Amino acid sequence: MATSSQRFQGQPDHLINRLGLTVVYVGELLRHRAYTRFLHWAYGIFFFLALLSGFGIYMPWIFRWFTPLFGGGAMTRMLHPWFGLGFVFFFGLQALNWALPMKWGPGDTRWMKRLNDYVTNRDTVEPPDVGFFNGGQKLMFWEIVCGSIAYVITGVIMWFPEIFGGVAVAVSYVIHDVSALVMLAGIFIHIYLSTIGEPGTMQAMTRGTVSEAWAWTHHPAWFKEVTGRDPAQALAEARRTRTPAIPQ
Amino acid sequence: MSDRKTLQIQKISGHPGPVPGAGTQRQEQVCKLIDTTTCIGCKACEVACVEWNDMPFQPTMFDNTYQTMPDTNWNYWNLIKFNEVSHEDGSFQWLMRKHQCMHCADPGCLAACPADGAIVQYRNGIVDFQEENCIGCQFCVSGCPFNVPKFNPSTKKVYKCTLCSDRVGQGLEPACIKACPTGCLHFGTKDDMLMIANKRVTQLQQHAGLKDAGIYDPQTIGGTSVVYILHDATNPEKYGGLPKNPRIPLSFTLWKNWFKPLGLIASMMTFAGVILHYVTEGPRRVQPQPPVKEIDGGEAKKEN
Repeated sequence: MATSSQRFQGQPDHLINRLGLTVVYVGELLRHRAYTRFLHWAYGIFFFLALLSGFGIYMPWIFRWFTPLFGGGAMTRMLHPWFGLGFVFFFGLQALNWALPMKWGPGDTRWMKRLNDYVTNRDTVEPPDVGFFNGGQKLMFWEIVCGSIAYVITGVIMWFPEIFGGVAVAVSYVIHDVSALVMLAGIFIHIYLSTIGEPGTMQAMTRGTVSEAWAWTHHPAWFKEVTGRDPAQALAEARRTRTPAIPQ
Repeated sequence: MSDRKTLQIQKISGHPGPVPGAGTQRQEQVCKLIDTTTCIGCKACEVACVEWNDMPFQPTMFDNTYQTMPDTNWNYWNLIKFNEVSHEDGSFQWLMRKHQCMHCADPGCLAACPADGAIVQYRNGIVDFQEENCIGCQFCVSGCPFNVPKFNPSTKKVYKCTLCSDRVGQGLEPACIKACPTGCLHFGTKDDMLMIANKRVTQLQQHAGLKDAGIYDPQTIGGTSVVYILHDATNPEKYGGLPKNPRIPLSFTLWKNWFKPLGLIASMMTFAGVILHYVTEGPRRVQPQPPVKEIDGGEAKKEN
């Protein structure tokens, strides 16, 4: 089936896609192929490993109980940079995978201006120009790209202080923390919106598919692109023919 | 210290008058006084330090000066820094400065350290590393204004001068003091050492013509438990990296103590925010569900 995901994900015969079977049932659309999902969960795991090991170093007087999880303080400190590199490696691949659909457009600026309507649920469906990703998703994506670059630069400086010197470490220390705090704030919003905040979203990263209704609700322009149907019309049609609701 | 305090006599039976020695205060803070004007650079203190602390000696490098090696090391905590200083009148001066941990009252290493119990400051002023708790992050190196802590790559721990806390705890003076042949090193309470230092500075100013002579006990870090007498206290930099106003980087004071907890709270507010959003605004649901019959008929699968 022709989806926009195939359009920008140019290697349909990628090894992981061949290993991971994606089943698309009727009434569903392919959202994320196996390769994308694999990357997401790979850097997701590394994110939490780095986050928890970092917490023990960030504020030991509260979070010292995190360090035994990684084999004690010295081991935590030794592993943390590798967790970070694991995150950056897999997220880097995802950034290449998603660079095109994450391109910022005028529609995303409009989306950001309507943020209040989005947060208060005044828009029950997204504006018709919201494509594969909305402005908020793109903002978070580019924040993580910038944050990861900051992580790597400041992290390497703190990893090898004998090369870069004490002043560079003292500055990096603050930047590394700021990046972590911003991402920590982001992960709550990310997890909320992908689970209870927007029901039906989680399966996009597990089975790789979403319902058509999910698509016209949250990404109307993408729905139109994939199915060729007008999302507003599809919604009206569904309202008309609606029989008792399907459990989610 | 505390055991001596607990065994001080408080009441005496059948004794006239007050308890002898009542109200006396014990000066707890110890101090090492280094008189650079009488140091001859013999390195006896370096050897005594290596011997007492039982450290393996490593090959060094001769750099055409009277300095044992370029810098202190994880197994070499005490180094006489040699500096040749030229004066405007064409004369020159050899400055010997015994370089080791300064045991700051407000230690930058301790402020920077993120490991529970890896750095302690005793009530007598000694700042000591507890290597078994060290995680090897080397933030202490960055926090120290004197570049004292040194990393051992093979053990992944940081080491520095202990001011012979093991000896001082037993009522002995540090090994370097014991070895000094010229008497340029003194050890005692901080008050006593400052008194000796002041006397010596007055002597230098009045009788040796060193009008800039003075004490180095930087107050920007609350004073130190190692105090220098310098020929020229107006310019400590020329003694080889002795900062005039040593300071702890703001990352390890302002940021670490204030902005870190506040930043974490601010970050955790988003967690409270999403919960609040769920309660007040509710989830964004799919509009409306796809018709049932279409799903029921949909046995067919499509594969990627």
